[in-house]
Amino acid sequence: MSETVAVPASIDTSVPKNYLNHDKSIKSWLLTLDHKRIALLYLVTISIVFLVAGVLALLVRAELFTAGETLMKPDTYNQFFSLHGILMVFLFIVPSVPAIMGNFVMPMQLGAIDVAFPRLNLASYYIYLIGGVLVVTAILAGNIDTGWTFYTPYSARLGSSVIFMTLAVFIAGFSSILTGLNFIVTIHKMRAPGLTWNRLPLFVWSIYATSIVQVLATPVIGITMLLLLLEKTLQIGIFDPALGGDPILFQHFFWFYSHPAVYIMILPAFGIISDLMGVFSRHEVQGYKFVALSSVAIAFLGFLVWGHHMFVSGQSAISSIVFSLITYLIGIPTGVKVLNWVGTMYRGSVSFKTPMLYALSFLFLFTIGGLTGVALGVLGLDIHLHDTYFVVAHFHYVMMGGTVIAAIGGLHYWWPKITGKMYNETMGSIAAVLIFIGFNVTFFTQFVLGTKGMPRRYYDYQIQYEALHQISTVGSWILASGLFLVLFTFIHSLMKGKKAGSNPWGAATLEWTHTASPPSPHNFDEQPIVTHGPYDYHALARVSGDGAAQTSEPELSESRH
Amino acid sequence: MGTFWMPEGASTMSGEVDSLFYLVYWISVVIFIGVVAAMAYFAIKYRRTRESYVPPIVHENRFLEAAMIFIPLILTMVVFTFGFKTYLKMNIAPPTAYTIEAVASQWKWDFTYPNGKQVTGELHVPEGKPVKVHSTSMDVLHSFFIPQFRVKQDVVPNRYSSVWFQATKVDSFDVFCTEYCGTSHSGMLAKVIVHKPEDFEAWLNAGDDRPLDVQGESLFKANSCNTCHSIDGSRIVGPTFKGLFGSSRTFADGTTRTADEDYLRQSIMQPGSEIVESYPNVMPASYGTTLRPDDVTKIIEYIKTLK
Amino acid sequence: MDQQFDASKMGMWIFLVTEVLLFSGMFVAYTVYRVWHPETFDLLSGALDWRLGGFNTLVLLGSSFTVAMSIHSIQKSDKKATVMYLVITLICAAAFMVVKYIEYTTKFEHGVFPGAHFAPHGEHYAPFDVPYAPQFFSIYFVMTGIHGVHVLVGMGVIAWIAIRTAKGHFDSQYYTPIELTGLYWHLVDIIWIFLFPLLYLI
Repeated sequence: MSETVAVPASIDTSVPKNYLNHDKSIKSWLLTLDHKRIALLYLVTISIVFLVAGVLALLVRAELFTAGETLMKPDTYNQFFSLHGILMVFLFIVPSVPAIMGNFVMPMQLGAIDVAFPRLNLASYYIYLIGGVLVVTAILAGNIDTGWTFYTPYSARLGSSVIFMTLAVFIAGFSSILTGLNFIVTIHKMRAPGLTWNRLPLFVWSIYATSIVQVLATPVIGITMLLLLLEKTLQIGIFDPALGGDPILFQHFFWFYSHPAVYIMILPAFGIISDLMGVFSRHEVQGYKFVALSSVAIAFLGFLVWGHHMFVSGQSAISSIVFSLITYLIGIPTGVKVLNWVGTMYRGSVSFKTPMLYALSFLFLFTIGGLTGVALGVLGLDIHLHDTYFVVAHFHYVMMGGTVIAAIGGLHYWWPKITGKMYNETMGSIAAVLIFIGFNVTFFTQFVLGTKGMPRRYYDYQIQYEALHQISTVGSWILASGLFLVLFTFIHSLMKGKKAGSNPWGAATLEWTHTASPPSPHNFDEQPIVTHGPYDYHALARVSGDGAAQTSEPELSESRH
Repeated sequence: MGTFWMPEGASTMSGEVDSLFYLVYWISVVIFIGVVAAMAYFAIKYRRTRESYVPPIVHENRFLEAAMIFIPLILTMVVFTFGFKTYLKMNIAPPTAYTIEAVASQWKWDFTYPNGKQVTGELHVPEGKPVKVHSTSMDVLHSFFIPQFRVKQDVVPNRYSSVWFQATKVDSFDVFCTEYCGTSHSGMLAKVIVHKPEDFEAWLNAGDDRPLDVQGESLFKANSCNTCHSIDGSRIVGPTFKGLFGSSRTFADGTTRTADEDYLRQSIMQPGSEIVESYPNVMPASYGTTLRPDDVTKIIEYIKTLK
Repeated sequence: MDQQFDASKMGMWIFLVTEVLLFSGMFVAYTVYRVWHPETFDLLSGALDWRLGGFNTLVLLGSSFTVAMSIHSIQKSDKKATVMYLVITLICAAAFMVVKYIEYTTKFEHGVFPGAHFAPHGEHYAPFDVPYAPQFFSIYFVMTGIHGVHVLVGMGVIAWIAIRTAKGHFDSQYYTPIELTGLYWHLVDIIWIFLFPLLYLI
């Protein structure tokens, strides 16, 4: 919480009231209903999770520096990679962009004073926190070494800590469902006058698509975890073959959620990249309608491809073929999005500020992640590559090279709005480059390891893989130094950053044109009326950055709580 | 010895899988270079030179948009078709295939041949003949993977699954377990040893006339005992075997016992019955059912030699 | 535009969708095991007492009607009738839970537990000790158990709403919480209408 406390303290008292300084008591933070403050609560909590899970990743890589024992025993290693996965997936990447940036930015982009259900929003945060506490309990109870997939029967035979862990995932899932529900209603009901669906910023579109997936998929992981929990406590015998159950059924249930969950993780990143490409090219995002609707299409198609995680599991050949085919169909809209983003720069005015560096590195890394995904969808080839480091590299290119890079880019982009301070551009750019280099050194080598047959989740390995593992580990250090520099840049900005104007990037969306930096507690002094599209920089130039072309009476939310 | 990407191929399928890989690989490389080149070109050519400049709106080119959907669609369908054909070939074993039964358990592979011969940790196969490995698991999920043959199949308890290949090189290769299965997942290795057909026949019909303790040493490795028990006195997961025989053991409940043959047999067959002080109770009980009595004798003979 | 449409009602509908999906996971498990072992499932539906299940179905249908009537009453600002209908709903729900309790305890007394602890005895239950019977009862207990939890939650909410109505918090102008509770209660009812034939009859 140090960050949230430090912010109000550093603001000059002559500054007009904003959401950070209008009430400085701890209670006003912990019980806040303000979507911006809740976003900051998430930011701090999720950053801590990212730090812990990241350190675990570094330890895992360090252990793999040499074949045989380097630092730790096999059981410790197995627990570390499992915790890394569980924390990163369920407590970091699934909530990250929606809960932090979705919460902070989306209502403002809609011209709303808050989300539709502010109390539910706060409750979601505490439910997430309870999930986090249960994870810590499970870690203390020890012996979680199932990997993040909890495959039965292995997971059903482990100690009591699995109970806490599955319960944690179940509860964190509720937080995700409620956030998604809240956002869908907000986007439907709280748009400012004139903000038609065709004028929604693409970030809002992607949060909308994400929320649909959260609402539709998360209940299934909920029931799966509940059944696993009962399997463990009451031996109900649904998944455990020793009791007549079927472990493949668990995999179907698990991936029915966890594949759509991949879209929960990546769709918000698409939204950030769309906004960044538009703003820093000062140009209409190419194929706006396509980019917007393809997010929704991907959200639905994402429910039909779970079986491509199971080509070698023993499911029927016919299912594998069908799943492979649909997987390609989902690849195409994704590919077209990439081309649209590249096309946005065409005849634009491209600025290389730090957020844009992240957006460009997203395009580079995500393209690799996407293309290798297609390689994995090829039936005959997946047999060889399945469960090797090729898969590990692929999903890190998508999840980290995609989502995390986009999230960091987005955080730089909205940082002046969140804190009212600019960050140091030089430090920001150096960190972006370090992360880009470190990431590729770490994970590109893993593609090579994978094709050569190095299986994942191995504590020890054959000596022929050692050189590549060492390169990868060195890469992880470069990557980590880049990430720590990001942290330092932000802390530096909080202490010494220059004051930010209300619209430092010249963006055309409402959170920049109609609110101060940082915004007032109720975001807008008067109800904004939208007269142009989210990337219409000509309209923005006509009203000379002020934006408030027309105003009307401030209007309160129509919903009753 | 393989290329930058793929390891050396040693089965009839490996060439086909490799061409599939390189087809996808080169298509991907071309697309990737195209995307990155366009990105770099646009970024540099249209870089911001005047702060206040607002570039003109570019109208969408419908033809270009359609092409962007159509071309990838065709490419992916081509790739899908090839992948599908290879997959079918890999899925359907020739009816003449020589079948070997495999049983996976934490953390070893047991193979049984049609004549009843049983081997742990070594899969002997003839060169140039289709071989089908018909497998099931005793406990949790495992997966059978031979990189040089480009084959992989999950091995599931209460179910049978199979994988087939036809080796093309007389050599030996690694078998990996690729489905996470616990502490010694990475130690669950086996060797596939490809013989000339006549040598295979000879091997199949030969007995093992090595001394018991030497056979025991092979079993010690094949059953992955070595991933948890050292022979040099160091501590891995379980107690070391060095100087074990005849020593006095102290258990978690404070009782003591001399490590004689009865004790060793009991510790292998019912590993949870007496836990040595300060060690975790993690050894799978499945050894009690998957090891044959004479195998246990051989392993005990081997432990006796580790003074 | 659609701004007039009530935001909280929309939120409730989305929530109900997630509830349906939560149960759908269990319906899938049911379907899968039924397809694999149709003879077991055929036989075992006989182990459940359709009369008790049928009674519960009627009770829940009745409660759905009374909850609808409570909304109808509050629309006319008739708070007394509203409270009365809510209390009847509550009584129906309690009756449902009592019958469930009887069903559960009879089964436990005869060793009919889910999964590994399944060891049926007694004249009625002994014939049902067939392969995959434990799975049937696991699915039975999990589905009806989670449904039962929903009934209990519903009872809590209805009681709370009844108290608030009695205190005069609602009238024909503002009765959203009663309406939302009604929606939820209908869902609980509908899920049971699927559970009853699937488990007891076929």
